[in-house]
Amino acid sequence: MPRSFIFRNPSILVFIGCLAVFTVVVTVLSEGFGIGFLSTSFIKTLGKTLALCLVAISMDLVWGYCGILSLGHFAFFGLGGYMIGMWLMYERTRDIVVTSMASAEIPPTQQEVKDAIGNQIFGVVGSSDFPAIWTLAGSLPAQLALVVLVPGLLALVFGWLAFRSRVTGVYLSILTQAMTLALSLYLFQNDSGLRGNNGLSGLQNLPGANNVPQAIISVWFLWGSALALGLGYVLFTWVVSGKFGSVIRGIRDDEARVRFLGYPVEAYKLFIFVLSAVVAGIAGALYYPQAGIINPAEMAPIASIYLAVWVAIGGRGRFYGAVIGAAFVSLVSTWFTSGQVPSIHLGFYTVDWVDWWQVVLGLSFVLVTLYAPRGIGGLFDLISGRIAPNRHGADLGPGAGSLQEKEAIE
Amino acid sequence: MNTILEVSGVSVSFDGFKAINNLTFTIGSAEMRAIIGPNGAGKTTFMDIVTGKTKPDEGHVVFGEKAISLLRLNEAQIAQAGVGRKFQRPTVFEDQSVFDNLLLALRKKRGPLAVLFYLQSREDRAKVEQLAMEIGLKDQLERKSGELSHGQKQWLEIGMLLAQDPKVLLVDEPAAGMTPEEREHTTGLLVEAAKTRAVVVVEHDMEFVRRLNCKVTVLHEGSVLAEGSLDHVTKNQEVIDVYLGR
Ligand SMILES: Nc1ncnc2c1ncn2[C@@H]1O[C@H](COP(=O)(O)OP(=O)(O)O)[C@@H](O)[C@H]1O
Ligand SMILES: [Mg+2]
Repeated sequence: MPRSFIFRNPSILVFIGCLAVFTVVVTVLSEGFGIGFLSTSFIKTLGKTLALCLVAISMDLVWGYCGILSLGHFAFFGLGGYMIGMWLMYERTRDIVVTSMASAEIPPTQQEVKDAIGNQIFGVVGSSDFPAIWTLAGSLPAQLALVVLVPGLLALVFGWLAFRSRVTGVYLSILTQAMTLALSLYLFQNDSGLRGNNGLSGLQNLPGANNVPQAIISVWFLWGSALALGLGYVLFTWVVSGKFGSVIRGIRDDEARVRFLGYPVEAYKLFIFVLSAVVAGIAGALYYPQAGIINPAEMAPIASIYLAVWVAIGGRGRFYGAVIGAAFVSLVSTWFTSGQVPSIHLGFYTVDWVDWWQVVLGLSFVLVTLYAPRGIGGLFDLISGRIAPNRHGADLGPGAGSLQEKEAIE
Repeated sequence: MNTILEVSGVSVSFDGFKAINNLTFTIGSAEMRAIIGPNGAGKTTFMDIVTGKTKPDEGHVVFGEKAISLLRLNEAQIAQAGVGRKFQRPTVFEDQSVFDNLLLALRKKRGPLAVLFYLQSREDRAKVEQLAMEIGLKDQLERKSGELSHGQKQWLEIGMLLAQDPKVLLVDEPAAGMTPEEREHTTGLLVEAAKTRAVVVVEHDMEFVRRLNCKVTVLHEGSVLAEGSLDHVTKNQEVIDVYLGR
């Protein structure tokens, strides 16, 4: 019943419409395809933001809808980035190596090319041999499959162990933090096979598109990110809209009750967790080519906590809320930390926003949690008149909601 | 009448305290049974054991014609096998509509994939509406269940139990906090349900139990103190001493 599905979820049409308009406007304003009003680096920022919105809705799926506060989603995001990064770096290096060897009198053998690539890539960690995990790095289809499989498999194993032992709530959150910390510490080692703290770099260069300027490539990636976000939005909305959504919201609100209705709660959680991890991996695979570099610091525990903060500020339990939160906070965050915001001179002290932004963000998070649990997205309720039943004591009036956004902007 | 649920020699202790002590209990496939007993007698714990929430230290719990042991199944499997439970405090999904609550409970495949691709049929909708009529919530189907009154939530939960179409219904204190008229309606629902299945009702209120008009089991300190008609057990001196006399 596709018609009634969209009819029952009008937010899909609004969202896709906004996303399409945004993409077209940005394209028209870009250097690569339009009048050049927006710089290529800003296009990349926007494209990255779309990828962050995608990981935010996957966070909202597990947390906002299923009640699993995962604080390790950047592990999946980062793994997706690493998987595509391996292919980008391998192919790019191969291009360079082949070109430089082409002038040699004797054509190089396969092995010589491979050794030269290995030398280039692993020289920084004092090695030149390809670790086993790079076996498939020369194949784009294989690495694309790994973008989905590696985060999915990690989520499957982790989720199976955790959910089966009925680890819930804050203990589960701590476990997910431990997972992402362990992964990043492991990748920091030089012998992890992924270049230790150097990470993978030069990812903005698309192999086989050497003559295409970044101005164009950046718009391609923006399109790709917008498409993925749109598809992810529709997919997730479908997943949570029918009876399945009813079950997972039931799990969020009263897990034991769902179990006594005969639903295998663990299987549902695992399904949602893995689906969300896979989408997070895809988001990462779109993000890092636009960032140009990935290193293990990206998977530090704090990154996943930020993700939860975005979703909370945007309003969890509704995907457009997560998108608004991620876009708004990450863009404002970029602006503050880029040093473009004028410092405030108080005479005795200068408020430098690069440092103080963290405090503002932390404060907004606390304020949202306390006074506007429905986040910025909750403002839409005022328009549509959607009122949730008052489940846990005093609900918030419209006044508090509007106050919140003003604070978040400040 | 054939037995649908048989609990025998079951004991469970929490940190050395014996909450259930060598308990034996059987019920037929279309029978109503009331369980009474003072606070802390182990009534809720008994339900926890049957539904798989608590694993007993010893004893057997056997269910159905094929005599399967419930001790080997988890909560979800026990529910699927045909044991439904209503909790002491009403637990419905307050954020969801009455319709969705009932649909969630409706006897259907429970696996994630089956549910993901589930499409509402006219038949299912009719069943939900029929149930809503029985529990008196026909006009409330689209309301969020969190907005219902306490009594209505209790009925919704009973409706969800019926929707599951279980062979055994365990109902923990259904009349708590209800007005006399609401109690009457509740009695009617349970008596009707017991015509086709086993219904076990835990209740404190003697008037309510009398209206159920069924065999009564008295629990005390985790084991059966007396069993029989309400008049029979209320004449029992031991029962008067531990429960009624206070
Ligand atoms: N999970 C538990 N841990 C420790 N003690 C428990 C637990 N569940 C029940 N008990 C104890 O077992 C006894 C029986 O409790 P319960 O079955 O709830 O009684 P009833 O429902 O008949 O009032 C009580 O003394 C209670 O404190
Ligand atoms: Mg009790």
